Amino acid sequence: VHQSARDVLDSPEFHRLVARRWRVSLVLTACLFVLYYGYILLIATQKPFLSQRIGDATTLGIPIGAAVIVISWVLTALYVVWANRHYDSEVARLRGRLRHD
Amino acid sequence: MQTTLGTPTTSAVIFFLIIVALTLAVTFWAARRTRSTREFYAAGRSVSAFQNGLALAGDYMSAASFLGIAGLVALRGYDGMIYATGWLVGWPALMFLIAEPLRNLGKFTFADVVAFRLRQVPVRIAAACGGILTVLFYTIAQMVGAGNLIALMFGVRYEWAVVMVGAVMLAYVLFGGMIATTWVQIIKAVLLLVGVSLLTLLVLSRFDFSPGQMYSAVAERYGQSALEPGGLVTDPIEAISLGLALMLGLLGLPHILMRFYTVPDARAARASVLYATGFIGYFYLIIPIVGFGAAALVGREAIRGIDPGGNMAAPLVAELLGGTPFLGFIAAVAFATILAVVAGLTLAGASALSHDIFTHAIRKGAATEYEQVRVARLATVVFGAAAVGLGILFRGQNVAFMVGLAFAIACSANFPPLLLSIVWRRFNTTGAVASILTGAILSVLLIVLSPTVWVDLLGYDTAIFPLRNPAIVSMTLAFIAGISGSLLTREPSAEASFDDEKLRTYLGVGAE
Repeated sequence: VHQSARDVLDSPEFHRLVARRWRVSLVLTACLFVLYYGYILLIATQKPFLSQRIGDATTLGIPIGAAVIVISWVLTALYVVWANRHYDSEVARLRGRLRHD
Repeated sequence: MQTTLGTPTTSAVIFFLIIVALTLAVTFWAARRTRSTREFYAAGRSVSAFQNGLALAGDYMSAASFLGIAGLVALRGYDGMIYATGWLVGWPALMFLIAEPLRNLGKFTFADVVAFRLRQVPVRIAAACGGILTVLFYTIAQMVGAGNLIALMFGVRYEWAVVMVGAVMLAYVLFGGMIATTWVQIIKAVLLLVGVSLLTLLVLSRFDFSPGQMYSAVAERYGQSALEPGGLVTDPIEAISLGLALMLGLLGLPHILMRFYTVPDARAARASVLYATGFIGYFYLIIPIVGFGAAALVGREAIRGIDPGGNMAAPLVAELLGGTPFLGFIAAVAFATILAVVAGLTLAGASALSHDIFTHAIRKGAATEYEQVRVARLATVVFGAAAVGLGILFRGQNVAFMVGLAFAIACSANFPPLLLSIVWRRFNTTGAVASILTGAILSVLLIVLSPTVWVDLLGYDTAIFPLRNPAIVSMTLAFIAGISGSLLTREPSAEASFDDEKLRTYLGVGAE
């Protein structure tokens, strides 16, 4: 059954799609903020913690800094996997319902 | 150590000529494909996600991040690494908050998105001003850096270096538009990633491929403190304000946002951010190794001896480990890096002038294709000439704060209206103009009153505004201005078209 733009906009499926998209985005953004600003605050307030050695000279701060970069990429990848698997198929379904007039 | 830096060696000149010849050949090829506005501004939307990922990386990784971060790590140790992380974390935020809506709603510039359902003339003018300010400060910093670096590496005069960069870059953008710019950025990204990877391998080969041994060598020479966080981040509010500017500033950089219109759809835009984040993240993971390697192998004194800012750490370690030919290669890569970034900036500045101001504010959208492309090219010349002129004017000035200023304006004047226009039905023209003006004026004003300019450059004893980067204040107030400006006025047409906008934002219906 083809519907008008209004029907699609008002449909519970569209509402759910938009809500879910922002829920995923905001949860990931929150993770990113905790990760990066957590790291910055750690540097500002807990220097001895980051300065402890984990090798001959290597400090704990070095792998933690590298981890911030790697985890940032992983968060980005998580979003792409979610969007490719769930978001796109729902978009295709809703677009298919739109009447072309 | 003996160095050939500053003298134009045969290998440096050969690599330099190869890069210029290759990119100009690409420009010649692209020029024949650049006739319409869609081709000039957006490469005909034919760039693949992988290509755009590389081009985004090429657009973003500046000489400041290549030579600057390696130098910071070499001279200041761990503190330089903190910078490296800050330059990456904007990319995931760009993905989560605006990448796909931006692609679906816009045509050529981010102002297309802000002005989507608002009154065109005031919003276009305000958004173009925010965009141009951002791009202009960024360009000045790049041009002055380019002049200094090329003068230092090839031994040519500063003015000549700036004119040379301006002329080659102008050729790319003027004739080849976005198609040439994209390929220049792709070539540069590949060269930079290959060059820095080789350099990293060469450095690690001196330490049995064990970073731990390298860190030990650094600690032996400069003390354990080189591997510990030092004085860079001490005041939490200052650190968070700088972090906000670096992270959310990316979401308001016109030359980056513009690249999203070169891919066919939102799905490709999404994938291109993942590729870009991968390339840029890899780059920032390995560049500190080059910096630490330079400290351990070349030595801080030698690096400071050539350039007190440390910018020559990477070229010096390249020469030590790979000889003059490798130094020539790295110097040419640094040159390509500058060219690609400046080309992207010029295209973004020109498109704000021609697409936003001429086509939409002056001609109210009624200009022919032919006229639009001509004005776009004219705007390119104007912006390119301004870049060269300002580059020469600011010779010898400390312009490091200008990158910070560009990011502060981007996150305060460009990002708030962009985000609000995507998510909030009640957002209207008054709110958009109020947030852009608040963000732009406050960031400039507060940076002038900050320790960076008021004390370091103007020589007063104490700063009027305590933070070096104003983002935490200027961005917050720009959001407040945008929200209160919208709540104080009603614009029924803007609210009514939010439904159309939503269909386009989330489903891509009607996206160009």
